[in-house]
Amino acid sequence: MQIYLPIAEVSVNAFLLLGLGGMVGILSGMFGVGGGFLMTPLLFFIGIPPAVAVATEANQIVASSFSGVLAHFRRKTVDLKMGTVLLTGGLMGAALGVVVFNYLKSLGQVDLLVTLCYVVFLGVVGSLMFIESLNALRKSKKGGAAPAARRQRGWVHAMPFKMRFRTSGLYISVIPPVLVGLCVGVLSAIMGVGGGFIMVPAMIYLLGMPTKVVVGTSLFQIIFVTAFTTMLHATTNYTVDIVLAVLLLVGGVVGAQIGTVIGARMPAEQLRVLLAALVLVVCGKLALDLLLEPSELYSLGAEGGH
Amino acid sequence: MLKRLILLLALCTTPALAEEESVVLGLSQDRVAITATFDGSEILIFGAVKRETPIPDGPPLEVIVAVAGPSSPVTVRRKERKLGIWVNTDSVLVDLAPSFYAVATSGPLKEILSDTEDLRYRVSIERAIRSVGAAMHIKGAQDFADAVVRIREDEGLYSIRENTVAVDEQTLFRTSIAMPADLTEGDYAARIFLTRGREVISEFETTIDVRKVGLERFLYNMSRQQPVWYGLMSLVIAIAAGWGASTAFRLLREN
Repeated sequence: MQIYLPIAEVSVNAFLLLGLGGMVGILSGMFGVGGGFLMTPLLFFIGIPPAVAVATEANQIVASSFSGVLAHFRRKTVDLKMGTVLLTGGLMGAALGVVVFNYLKSLGQVDLLVTLCYVVFLGVVGSLMFIESLNALRKSKKGGAAPAARRQRGWVHAMPFKMRFRTSGLYISVIPPVLVGLCVGVLSAIMGVGGGFIMVPAMIYLLGMPTKVVVGTSLFQIIFVTAFTTMLHATTNYTVDIVLAVLLLVGGVVGAQIGTVIGARMPAEQLRVLLAALVLVVCGKLALDLLLEPSELYSLGAEGGH
Repeated sequence: MLKRLILLLALCTTPALAEEESVVLGLSQDRVAITATFDGSEILIFGAVKRETPIPDGPPLEVIVAVAGPSSPVTVRRKERKLGIWVNTDSVLVDLAPSFYAVATSGPLKEILSDTEDLRYRVSIERAIRSVGAAMHIKGAQDFADAVVRIREDEGLYSIRENTVAVDEQTLFRTSIAMPADLTEGDYAARIFLTRGREVISEFETTIDVRKVGLERFLYNMSRQQPVWYGLMSLVIAIAAGWGASTAFRLLREN
């Protein structure tokens, strides 16, 4: 069944969108990631204009994170104070990101920026995750004990403006969380991702937060930052396609439930190797597009934005 | 002086042109509604040639039908290899390019229409695109205009289909124009040319109204006119849909 998307102004198969949403949903349920970093490039591949894909994906992430954060609130695994500090940085970052996005859009370089961001971040995160999970896999095969968690007590603790975060059991400066939030906010606006895949490692390794509050807190922050991004894109670019968002969402929610069941049955180390491989594949595909000579050197764009 | 002369000439020729042979036209539909399930449309264009005098001798009557979507300026960008990766470098603004352009003819276009007439009436695809203001500092500005045609032909937005207008007894003609699913809205101009001996002897123009309707219309207007409310509505709808679907799923599993 073809459906005409009112804002993207393209006609696509509704079942394809539901299927895409479902597939990414399964993966996000299996691996516990948002899936924005997979969905946005997939939307490019099926012919949705990049500006619409990024803005709509932000809208979809708000919704899929919302049901996630409710579950974490019930389990009391959200550090509201830390979330708010991260959020302060995140909102500034998102505003900055949209400004950069619109500027490059006027120069005709927005596709390049988005693709480059994807290649760099997916490449770095994918490789790190791959190496780390391979090591973990080797260790678990040998039957060795898990490595002892070490708290970093370096430069993070030497900064001013210290604040006590009770839920996380931390007493640290607010500067690092604000900076982390800022970076993720910029990425959220430019790449149409929640940024969980950057924020979760940063919270664990950089801020030293306990793992059990990390996911809930990052979801809490992501909701507000992506909601803000959605509003900015909707008011400056008019590129949020609600029909597209709802179709992806319905597929995504159903897929996520199936994915959670599959994920619970698979060993965690193997899951992480798979996720890392997946991230690297998407990265490789995007990198090839930049490196190989395209079959069509010319591209069309409306004058002064769409 | 020269201008006046041309004007005078034009005044003299136009009525004469209309008198001999002119078009009576029918369309299967004069409006296309883009609904949520819009999947392209086929418009049947048919008509007859009205004449007071017997069919003139000489070269046979040929018919050209051209349907053009609303025109807008298009920025064409070219990629070049910089530091090992392909990036957009040069760009050219093509002043006016129709969003959709389809030509159907009763014979090979070159054989039924002369270049001068093509230039005057802008019939062929190349002529329908205007890029007079193309930047002179960029080499091969014509390549950019060609790229517009090539890309849009690949997308099925531009097409020239020769020998697809059926003409009976030099009087009745019919053809159909397929419009793809990815249409932009606006007034589409349908022009019908009658030619004899590669000269245009009559021209007729009508419009086909292509509009988003219903939900599509509502969402599009709202996103442009009340972007803040549209953004908030998108968030609320998305959250409600996501939360509703996951709650429904959880209840299903618990029971």
